[in-house]
Amino acid sequence: MIKTLQQNIFLFILLVLLQVGVLNNIQLGSYLNPYMYVLFILLLPINTPNWLVLVVSFILGLIIDMFADTIGMHASATVFMGFLRPLVLQAITNRDNYDSGTSPRIHYFGFFWFLKYTLVLVFSHHLFLFTVEMFNFHSFHLVLWRTVLSTLFTSLLVILSQYVIYRK
Amino acid sequence: MRSLLHFIHTYHFIILFILIEFLSIALVIQYNDYQRAAFLNSSNRLAGGVYKKFSTVNNYLSLKEKNQELLNALAVSKNHSFNAFKQNAIGVADVMDSVYVQQYQFIPANIINNSVQKQNNYLTLNIGKKQGVDKGMAVVAPNGVVGVVKDVSANFASVISLLNQNLRISAMLKESGYFGSINWDGTNYRYITFSDLPNHITIHRGDTVITSGYSAMFPKGELVGVVDTVDQSQGGEFIQVRVKLAVDFKKVKNVMVVKNLFQSEQLMLEESVHD
Repeated sequence: MIKTLQQNIFLFILLVLLQVGVLNNIQLGSYLNPYMYVLFILLLPINTPNWLVLVVSFILGLIIDMFADTIGMHASATVFMGFLRPLVLQAITNRDNYDSGTSPRIHYFGFFWFLKYTLVLVFSHHLFLFTVEMFNFHSFHLVLWRTVLSTLFTSLLVILSQYVIYRK
Repeated sequence: MRSLLHFIHTYHFIILFILIEFLSIALVIQYNDYQRAAFLNSSNRLAGGVYKKFSTVNNYLSLKEKNQELLNALAVSKNHSFNAFKQNAIGVADVMDSVYVQQYQFIPANIINNSVQKQNNYLTLNIGKKQGVDKGMAVVAPNGVVGVVKDVSANFASVISLLNQNLRISAMLKESGYFGSINWDGTNYRYITFSDLPNHITIHRGDTVITSGYSAMFPKGELVGVVDTVDQSQGGEFIQVRVKLAVDFKKVKNVMVVKNLFQSEQLMLEESVHD
């Protein structure tokens, strides 16, 4: 339990630093903005209470916002994603129940399961984020375009990270 | 109470989500300029309609005053009309029709949005392109100059108020005919600065200032205001005059948009000379 907590705090800090130090400076064209910090929400243990996921999402988003000077935007998008997470987990379960204590990792659940899980949540996060950023529906095709490209980029990073960090 | 607690217990996840999401969106609107502007803008479409309703009520409440204003304007125009003059030269044929060609058309309009407290003020009129208003037309009230049309939509027109530091129009002293330009200094909405007057002329408090008609927008002789104080302290070739505006921008409601039928002809000629 304590170990899980320590690991998660470490991952949290690592991802925030990675996001604000490196990834925020990557802007290919004006379309590709990878937001890999959502990996933290993706990897939270499955038996984390739902309310805690929301609170953690809010705090994580707000910290990213503080660095990017966009108070509220990342927070709202990440909270939205935290809200969807339990629903998605329920919808794509391939067993009757998840074992308690496991995290949604590629090694436990397989590549395609993890890909599905990542794509759905990252897409919803990015769609929400870019919509709030644009704040109108006139240029919705632009929002959609940015969402699709950035989702692919972020998901690629997320899946690669699984092979790099948790190599066994 | 118990069922309420039960409800909260059952749906605590969704309720918490909605609360946090609302908080986040509120933060977005509170702290980010673009979203704030967009938010206010989209509600402005609504606000436009409300403004219009308000101004209808206001118009009704100030009917008495407006009637008096109209009567005054009517009296002025009667004084200038053909009937007010005695026929002096008996025997001369009446050639009004071919000697005078109408140059200005006056389109009546109502102000539906107005401000006086900003540095650059704008007005909104309830008429637009459909009623013949176009960019660059002058706007006058029965008792004086109001501004210049900046932009038109199908049914509305946005007017640069005389109380806008970016607007500079040509004016002259009615008695002596010396001309200069008037421009607002952004402080008091009752006064405007009349500058570029030569320093050798004598100006008295109470002298009338009118539009010169040198720009293609305003007809000659629209009232601007009366001289309040003359500032000779600055030295140099020119003196500055503080003019009390004839129009009280805080209560002006009914205006006319002035359409100069020869504007394009005049501008074309002037442009070809400048080249």
